[in-house]
Formats: sequence, structure tokens, C-alpha cells
Amino acid sequence: MGVPEHYYVALSAILFTIGVVGVVIRRNPLVIFMSIELMLNAANLALVAFGHRFGALDGQALVLFVMAVAAAEVAVGLAIIVAIFRVRRRLSVDDLSVMRW
Amino acid sequence: MSTWVAFFVLAALAVGSALGLVLRRNPIHGALFLVVNLGSVAGLYLMLGAEFLAAAQVIVYAGAIMVLFVFAIMVLIPGKEETGPDPRRAVRLLAPPLGALLCLLLAFVVARGTGAPAGAAPPAPATLGALGRLLFTRYLFPFELTSVLLLAAMVGVLLLARKRGS
Repeated sequence: MGVPEHYYVALSAILFTIGVVGVVIRRNPLVIFMSIELMLNAANLALVAFGHRFGALDGQALVLFVMAVAAAEVAVGLAIIVAIFRVRRRLSVDDLSVMRW
Repeated sequence: MSTWVAFFVLAALAVGSALGLVLRRNPIHGALFLVVNLGSVAGLYLMLGAEFLAAAQVIVYAGAIMVLFVFAIMVLIPGKEETGPDPRRAVRLLAPPLGALLCLLLAFVVARGTGAPAGAAPPAPATLGALGRLLFTRYLFPFELTSVLLLAAMVGVLLLARKRGS
């Protein structure tokens, strides 16, 4: 008998919370992005755990789509950060509280 | 018994590396911690019988996406951005207790929602072939949309990365 699925879901809740706290307490946009990846990963883990629990593969299919969206999101987000850095020469989210300058 | 040991080792690795990502100041260290975290989550996928996802996790996340992150960190000169006094210190000090509250809330929901037995869960079908069949039948349209999304992301990145005025 393997580990029950709600242990996996609880672990995913912990990882998600750490990701949320990371987004709030860090000032570096790159680290904020990595914390977002952490949250996406926690959600993926919950999806796989629930899929395993109900013997369905839909959760795994959904995780594949989440991975594709995460890849696209990281590419665009990093390009935006590099573009901002080119203009501002500094990298702190506190400087970016206005939409235009 | 050995599955319990493996689960707790992987879970401790995942939580520890996630904390390392959030608490270490240097973003390069954060990126390496995130690689450890993604690897241990891939191990958990293996334990849940999702072999294909474990491989995809290692290749796509720990490989491709993290290389992109490390490139960006190297381009952007790390370690210079979180120096000096924090202008919003009070707000940020609120984050850990509120995060603990969120974690408790999630744990409560999980304990309520998954505590009930689901009856006899049907055995999971043979993974990779069935997953491929599912992707190309029921999820065919989202699957094709994914390619459009990736193309749009690629074009958008090229547009953003261009020098101004050229």
C-alpha cells in the first residue's frame, strides 16, 4: 500500500504557500518569477495526486498543458524583465509601481 | 514502508529547497534550489505512477526553463537589486503569518475534502499510451491551441527583445 494521496495534496499546499510568501516578500522580479513557478508546480502535484486517486488520466493531461503555459509565460516574462532592465538599469519591483514613465 | 521513506525524503527535499529559494538572497542560489525542488517533484510524480510527466518535468522544467532563468540572471547582473533598506518592510513582515494562515486554510480544505473514502478507485490504466490517446482524442483542441500559444509567445518575445527604434 502506497502513501495516501492526501499527503501529496498537503505537500502541494505547503509548496504553494511558500511560493505565495516568496512572491510577497522578495523584491527581485526574477525570484518572484521563480516563486510563481513553485506555485504552478504545487498545483501540478495536486492535479497528479487527484488523478491518481480517481484512477483518471485527465489530471496528467492538464499538467501537460500547464507546463506548456508555464514555458510560454516564463519566456515572455523574462523578455519583459530584460526590456525593463534595459531602460531602468535597476531591478526592483518597488520601482515598477507605475505602468508608464 | 520504503514508499513512506521515499515520500518523506522527497517531501523534505522539496520543502527545504522551496524555502531556500525564498530565503536566499542570491538569485543564482535560488535558481539552483528551484532545480532541486523540480527534481524532487519529478520523483513524486514517479511515485504517483506518472512516468511521462516525471520525464517531461526534468526535461522541460529543470532543463529548458531553468536554463532560461539562469541566462536571464546572468544577463541582469545579480546580487545588486535587494540591497539597501526595504521601503515596505512592515507590509513584508506581515507575509509569513498570513502565509501560515493560508497554509492552515488549505490544509483544512484538504482534510475536509479528501478525508472521505472515494470508494473503490478503479485501477489506473497503462499510462503513456492511454495518456497519448487521451491527448489526441478528448483534449485534441486544447493540444492544438498549445502550439498556437507557444508560437504567439515566441513572436512576442522576439518583439520585446528587439532594440528600441530598430
